[in-house]
Amino acid sequence: MKMKKYNFGYFFKEGIRGIFLHGLMSSAAVCSIVACLLIMGSFTLVAVNMNATLSKMEQENEIIAYVDESLTLDQAKTLEANLKAVPNVLSCTFVSRDDAMKDFAAEKQENSLFQNLPSKILRHRYHIRMKNIEQMNATVSQIKQIKGISSVSALLDISKGFITVRNIAGGVAVILIVVLLVISVFIISNTTRMATFSRREEIAIMKMVGATNWFIRWPFIYEGLILGVFAAIVAFFLQWGIYDAIVAAISRSDTMSLFVVLPFQHMALSVVEIFIATGFLVGVGGSMMTIRKFLRV
Amino acid sequence: MVRLIGVHKSYENGARALVDVNLRIDDGEFVFLVGPSGSGKSTIIKLLTAEIAPTEGRLMVNGYNLNNIHMSQIPYLRRTLGVVFQDFRLIDKKTVYDNMTFAMRAVGATTGEIKKRVPYVLELVGLDKKTRRLPHELSGGEQQRVAIARALVNNPSMIVADEPTGNLDPARSLEIMLLLERINALGTTVLVVTHEKGLVNRFSKRVVAIESGRIVSDGMDGYYGYEDEEV
Ligand SMILES: Nc1ncnc2c1ncn2[C@@H]1O[C@H](COP(=O)(O)OP(=O)(O)O)[C@@H](O)[C@H]1O
Ligand SMILES: [Mg+2]
Repeated sequence: MKMKKYNFGYFFKEGIRGIFLHGLMSSAAVCSIVACLLIMGSFTLVAVNMNATLSKMEQENEIIAYVDESLTLDQAKTLEANLKAVPNVLSCTFVSRDDAMKDFAAEKQENSLFQNLPSKILRHRYHIRMKNIEQMNATVSQIKQIKGISSVSALLDISKGFITVRNIAGGVAVILIVVLLVISVFIISNTTRMATFSRREEIAIMKMVGATNWFIRWPFIYEGLILGVFAAIVAFFLQWGIYDAIVAAISRSDTMSLFVVLPFQHMALSVVEIFIATGFLVGVGGSMMTIRKFLRV
Repeated sequence: MVRLIGVHKSYENGARALVDVNLRIDDGEFVFLVGPSGSGKSTIIKLLTAEIAPTEGRLMVNGYNLNNIHMSQIPYLRRTLGVVFQDFRLIDKKTVYDNMTFAMRAVGATTGEIKKRVPYVLELVGLDKKTRRLPHELSGGEQQRVAIARALVNNPSMIVADEPTGNLDPARSLEIMLLLERINALGTTVLVVTHEKGLVNRFSKRVVAIESGRIVSDGMDGYYGYEDEEV
């Protein structure tokens, strides 16, 4: 084709000129795309963090089996063989009530209320690691049946909760991504439609003097592209700010300390890549959609 | 060169705009196309620029066979034609000079080519002193000369003017016709559509007359060969 003769600097300038020509519509388009990207990004980041939390839990995959209070220290220690006989048990470590109390006091160091408590209030326990976390349910019930084990605490319920939240966030993210992408493309397409309308006389003259369709289209594509990529950059910095604010809130709260929170910097490159790619595709796709329809000879 | 052989044109609404039109215009000719309004003059122009396609018949323009021209070739056909309209069609926000630049950029001209060509055409149409004016700061006659300069700026082999004097007083109209005659003398083929009998009769040129979509006379005697009750 005759592409090499095209002056892309000219198209870029024309694109910028177009953006300022209908500034209100352009800012509306940027704002909507920023909003779309932020919603998309936030749900995706929640899902990513949930996933990280889950895999940390899976890595730790520790079950605690509490020994019946009626058993003496020596009797309690003999249970180790029974526990090891359970097929899915990888290892088990005995922790006496005294050791458990020391750990507990150390963890709550800053609170004098928890210091110097009698270790009687705690039970002897085994910390058990499993070979396969997916068989956790079966393993827990087998351990419960061992005589001398009074109860078993597993992160079962919590991890179930996390899986639910992650799946919801992931699912919502996917739906939102699709819906918001469609909306963004529509917004850009509409902006381009207004742009072609406000320049219909120039377009008619260009056609009259023999401009190719691609020559006429390029400035509008650049316009969409610049809007999309600009929106992506704005959204990226806003996302960063919002994320850091939420991380700060979580780290101040005790109940939330269970969450694994990935620092934004770790994901920044992926976020910026995805945002810009999305902005680019939305911008070019939206403008192309209109232009194909409007600029047939 | 333009050739229409047995061309018919009916619009979607059934209007029969052209009936069996045969017309040949050779390179370098100056031709008036005359006829009452609604007779099909503009339809012929639109066929030449490939804005519309003939319903029937063969059509050749400047080496392009418009019966099977590919969409992507239409811009290149149009570069061989400089089109002028009654209503000038200038960009109001651009100066005379920038209107020229715009037309040249549209076909991929470089800044160097633009700087060389624009002053030449503006001088040719007598507007070299008004290059920085906006269209609304010019008279109708001057605006039409800008439009003619724009039609010329990409160096077409043919100028096609559809009632270029329709909005002008007789003195300005004559100036425009004289300018077109001069452009023709410099080697560009010129086809002028008009229904101004008096104006046509001041020139000794080929006159093609059309009525109700049929060519009714075609002669070199420079005479408006039929009575037009409108004028
Ligand atoms: N786009 C159109 N759709 C339907 N009919 C049209 C169209 N353009 C022109 N016509 C009809 O075709 C005939 C010729 O029109 P036109 O070529 O514009 O005449 P002229 O330029 O000689 O005044 C007229 O009857 C007109 O009403
Ligand atoms: Mg007409």
